[in-house]
Amino acid sequence: MSETRYTDQHEWVRLEGDNATVGITKFAAEKLGDVVYVELPAKGKAVKVGAEAAVVESVKAASEVYAPVGGEVTGANEALTTEPSKVNDDPEGAGWFFQIKLSDTGEFAKLMDAAAYAEFTKSP
Amino acid sequence: MRYLPLTTDDRRAMMAKIGVSEIDALFRDVPKGAIAPLSAFNLPDTQGELEVDRAMSKLAAKNIAAGSAPTFCGAGAYKHHVPSAVDHLTQRSEFLTSYTPYQPEIAQGTLQYLFEFQTQVALLTGMEVANASLYDGSTATAEAVLMAQRVTKRSKAILSGGLHPHYAETVDTVAGLFGEMKRAPVTPGSAEDIIALIDEDTACVVVQSPDVYGLIRNLRPIADAAHAKGALLIAVVTEIVSLGLLESPGAQGADIVAAEGQSIGNGLNFGGPYVGLFATREKFLRQMPGRLTGETVDAEGRRGFVLTLSTREQHIRRENATSNICTNSGLCTLAFTIHMTLLGEEGLSRLARLNHAKAVALADRLGKLKGVEVLTPAFFNEFTVKLSKPAAAVVDALAAKGILAGVPASRLGGAADLLIVAATETATDDDFAALEAALNRALA
Amino acid sequence: MAMNNQGRPSDAGAGAGQTSGIVTISGDRGLDHEEKLIFELGHGAVGVDLPDVKIADDRLGGMRRKGAVGLPGLSEPETIRHYVRLSRKNYAIDSGLYPLGSCTMKHNPRLNEKMARLPGFGDLHPLAPASATQGALAMISELMKWLTVLTGMPAVAMSPKAGAHGELCGLLAIRAALEARGEGHRKRILVPESAHGTNPATAAFAGFTVDEVPAKPDGHVDADALEAKLGPDVAAIMLTNPNTCGLFEPRVKEMADAVHAAGGYFYCDGANFNAIAGKVRPGDLGIDAMHINLHKTFSTPHGGGGPGAGPVVLSERLAAFAPLPLLVHDAKGFRLIETRAEAPEGAQPFGRMCAFHGQMGMFTRALSYMLSHGRDGVRQASEDAVLSANYILASLKDVMSAPFGEGPCMHEALFDDSFLEGSGVTTLDFAKAMIDEGYHPMTMYFPLVVHGAMLIEPTESESKESLDRFIHVLRTLALEAKTGQTARFEGAPHFAPRRRLDETLAARKPILRWKPAQLQEAAE
Repeated sequence: MSETRYTDQHEWVRLEGDNATVGITKFAAEKLGDVVYVELPAKGKAVKVGAEAAVVESVKAASEVYAPVGGEVTGANEALTTEPSKVNDDPEGAGWFFQIKLSDTGEFAKLMDAAAYAEFTKSP
Repeated sequence: MRYLPLTTDDRRAMMAKIGVSEIDALFRDVPKGAIAPLSAFNLPDTQGELEVDRAMSKLAAKNIAAGSAPTFCGAGAYKHHVPSAVDHLTQRSEFLTSYTPYQPEIAQGTLQYLFEFQTQVALLTGMEVANASLYDGSTATAEAVLMAQRVTKRSKAILSGGLHPHYAETVDTVAGLFGEMKRAPVTPGSAEDIIALIDEDTACVVVQSPDVYGLIRNLRPIADAAHAKGALLIAVVTEIVSLGLLESPGAQGADIVAAEGQSIGNGLNFGGPYVGLFATREKFLRQMPGRLTGETVDAEGRRGFVLTLSTREQHIRRENATSNICTNSGLCTLAFTIHMTLLGEEGLSRLARLNHAKAVALADRLGKLKGVEVLTPAFFNEFTVKLSKPAAAVVDALAAKGILAGVPASRLGGAADLLIVAATETATDDDFAALEAALNRALA
Repeated sequence: MAMNNQGRPSDAGAGAGQTSGIVTISGDRGLDHEEKLIFELGHGAVGVDLPDVKIADDRLGGMRRKGAVGLPGLSEPETIRHYVRLSRKNYAIDSGLYPLGSCTMKHNPRLNEKMARLPGFGDLHPLAPASATQGALAMISELMKWLTVLTGMPAVAMSPKAGAHGELCGLLAIRAALEARGEGHRKRILVPESAHGTNPATAAFAGFTVDEVPAKPDGHVDADALEAKLGPDVAAIMLTNPNTCGLFEPRVKEMADAVHAAGGYFYCDGANFNAIAGKVRPGDLGIDAMHINLHKTFSTPHGGGGPGAGPVVLSERLAAFAPLPLLVHDAKGFRLIETRAEAPEGAQPFGRMCAFHGQMGMFTRALSYMLSHGRDGVRQASEDAVLSANYILASLKDVMSAPFGEGPCMHEALFDDSFLEGSGVTTLDFAKAMIDEGYHPMTMYFPLVVHGAMLIEPTESESKESLDRFIHVLRTLALEAKTGQTARFEGAPHFAPRRRLDETLAARKPILRWKPAQLQEAAE
C-alpha cells in the first residue's frame, strides 16, 4: 500500500511503510525541458526536510531538488547518471531520484495530495 | 567623426520619425541637472588617425621593447617568437569582431577552434578535459583552488613557496574569502617540505613547476601525499613551452592544472591580455569553471560544435554558479591554438629543447662570473642567481645600457640579492655576451 | 535553374535560396567549405623551422617527458587555409549589423589594433624596470584620466580583466571598506531581479547574501521597494543604469541618497555606459563603484568572447581600498606599487585581482578610441546609439510588441514575444529566421523580467540605410509570422553553415575534445 504526495517545489514523494521514494513531477520535468544531468545524494546521508538533496540540469536550467521529508538516504537511482532522459520519459516512475527512510511521518502528512497539487499547478 | 555613419540630415529624419525635436528629449529620465555640458569634461576633442598615431607612438617609443634589447625577463611572462601567420589570422574580421558563440549556426569558426584548443590543452597537460580558457594563469589558479574547495568540501589550501607571488596573492584575495590559504616558506632553488603541511582539512596543495625561481619540481610524491589525505593537487605552469620537454602534470598525478598560455601565440603586452589554461580529470567536469565547447550534430546530422554544460554558469545559475567568470580569453586562445598547430609535435619539442639549451648555456656562462652564483640546480629556461650587489640596482644600471637583465626577486617580495633570469629561443650569443660584460662591470 | 551572366539565379522563384537538391562530391558548398579538425588533418608536417638541438646532458632534474604529447603536424599553408576556412563560418560586426542587446557590438577601429601592436606596448615585459616602461605607465595614466573625467569619479582600479572581474573588484572594495569601518556584519546586497546574472553570482561569490528587488510594470526598479529593504545589515545596492530593460532609472539619485543614508554603498553595473558616456557622469548620480567594459563602450574587440577589460571607477569613500598594483607619479616619474609594504600613506589595498597590471592590450585600444573620438565624439556616439535604438523602437513597435514602448529608451530597444502569440512561431524561430536574412539575432530571453524578451542594441555604428534595411526585414518577418506565413521560420536557419544544433545531445553525452579513433572506440 502506498500513498503519493507533492511539494510546492514540484517534488513527489511515494511512501511505502517508512520508505519514501522522491522524484520531480511531470509538470516540473516538462518545465525543465530535456534533462541532461542529475546529481544524486550519497547513500547513508542524513537530510533534513527542505535541504538540498539533488541537482537536476536541463539544457536551459539547473535546479536543486529539496528533500520533501527528512531522514536517511537509503538509495539513489544511479541509472539517471547515464540515462538522464528517464526523467523526461517517466518522471513519476523510472525517473525517480532517491529514497529516504523517514524520520518523522508528520512531515509527509503536511504535503499536498494529488488533487491539491493539480490545483496548485493550475494557478498562474 | 570618422567612426560615426549618421549625418546631420539622418539624425533629423530619425528624430522626426521618433517624434522628438531635440536629442535630449530622449534623455528625459535623466535627473534634472545631471546632463553635463561638454565643457564639464576637461578632455581633448576629436583627432584624426595621424594625430592619434603620433601621440600613441610617442608614448610607445619611451619603452624598451623586449625585441629591441637583449632580454632576460621572465617570472611569469616570456618573450618568444610568434610566427607571422598567427597575427594575420587572429586579425581576420570574422574572429576579431564576433561575440561569444551563442548562435552556433553562425559561429562554427569560433566553436571549432575552441574545441581544438581544449584538445591541445588536455594533451599538453596530460589531463582528460580542458575548458575554453580563463583570463590568465593567476585567475585560473584561483579558480582551481575554488574548485578544489567545492570538490572536497574543505576550505584550506596549501600554497607552495615557489608559487609566483602574484598568483598566491590572487588566490588569497579570492579563495581566501572561504578558507585559510597557508603559504609554505621558500628557499629559492630548493624544494620546501610541503608534504608535512597536508592534513585532513586540506582541500588542495598548489605547486608551481618550474617554480617562480625556475626550479623543476617532482609532483608525484606531493600528489600521492595529497591523495592519501583526501586533498587535490593543483599543478601550476607559468611557462607552457616547458611541457614540450617536461613530464606533464597529469602524468605526475595532478588533479587540476592551471597554466598561463601567453608563451604560445601571445605577445608580452605589458602583462595582458593573456590566456589562462585550465584542465582537470573527467570526474570533476561538473565542478569545472568556465566555458566549454562540445561536439554534437545539426538537424541534417552533420558534425557541429556548441557551448555546452552552460547551466554551471552565472547567467543561468545566478547566485549558485560555479564562478562569477563569464568570459574566456577568446582571441588569445585562437593565437595559442594557431601557434600550437604550426609547431605540432616536432616543432614544440624543438622549441622546448632550444629554450633549455639556451638557458643551460647562459647559466654556465653566468656561473663563471665573479659575484654571481647560480642557485637553481634543475630548470627549464629560467633560473635564479645570487648577486654580490642588490639585484634591483643592477637591473636599473643594465637597463640604462639597453639590457633587460631579468626580474629582481625583490620586485616580487623576495630577497634583495636575487635575480631571476630567463633565456628563450630569442636570446642570441651576442645577447649573452652583452649581459656577461655588463654584469661584470656592474658587479665589479 | 536559369543563371544570369553573373552566375546568380536570375529568377528567385518558389525555391529561392533552397539548396537545389544537388549533393556535391566534396561535401563543400561553394564558398562554404566543410573543415576537418587539425587532429584529422595533421600528417607530420611542421609549420615552423627551428634547429634540432640535441640535449645529451639535460638539467631537468630527472623530469624529462617520456612520451609524446600527441599534437598533429601541419605546414604553414595548411594551417592558414584551415583557420581561414573556419573564420568564414562566423558572423561578425565587420560583415553585418550585430544587434545583441547589452553587448554593444560597435565598430572596432583598426587604428586601435595598430597601436596595440606598437612594439613599445605589445612587446613590453610586465616586469621590465620602471625606467624601461615610462611610456607605458604614462599611457595607463592617461587612460585613467579619461575614465575618471568621463565618469566624474576620483579613482580607478585598472587590473580587472573583464566586466565580471570588475564587479568582483568593486564588491571586494566595498567589503574592505565595511570591515575598515568595523561594519563587516553588513552582508546583504540588494540586486534588482532584472539584473544580469553575473550581479547576484558576484555578490554571492564575494560573500554577500543577495536580496532581490522587484521591477515595476514600467521596467524601472521599484525604488520604494528598494528603500523599504534598506537596513543596518545592508552592504550595498547593485544597480545597472541604464538598466537591462534599456531604460534610465529616473530615481537613481534618490536611491543613491537612501542607501548612503542607510550606511551602504552604491555599486553600478556599467555595462550600459555606452548610452551616456560623455553626457552623464555616474559620479554625479551618487555611485561609489562602477566597472567599465572597455570591450563595450570603448570598442576593444570582442574576439569571439574575450579578452575584455573591466576597470572599476571608485568614489572617494572607496578609493583607498583599490587593489594592487597602484600607479603613482612623483619626481622620479611613474612607478608601480606592487606590494602592500610599499603602499603609500592611507592606502589599504584589499588584495590583488590578477598577476601583473591588467589588460594593457585593451588599454591601448581604448585610449586610441578615446583620443580619436575626443569628448565631443564620445558624446555624439552616445547620442547616436540612443537615437538609433529609439528609431528602431519607433519603427517596429506597431508590429512587434514593446513592453515599455510608450517612452523613449536608452541605447537598446526592448521587445517581447507577445506579438508572436498564437502564430506558432517561437521567439527562437524568429531569431533563427533572422540568421537566414543575414543578421545576427538580438539578445533573447534577457532580461528575465520580460517574457520572451528580445533586446536590440544597434549601437552608433550603423548608417541610416543599414537601420532601415534591418527594420524592413524585421517588420516583414513579424507581419509574416502574424499572418500565418510561417514556412520560413520552421527549422530556420536554412542558409547558415549549420542547421540547428542538438544541444541536448551535447550536454547528455559531452564530447569535449578530440580523441584518437582507438581511444574513442575503447570508450564506447
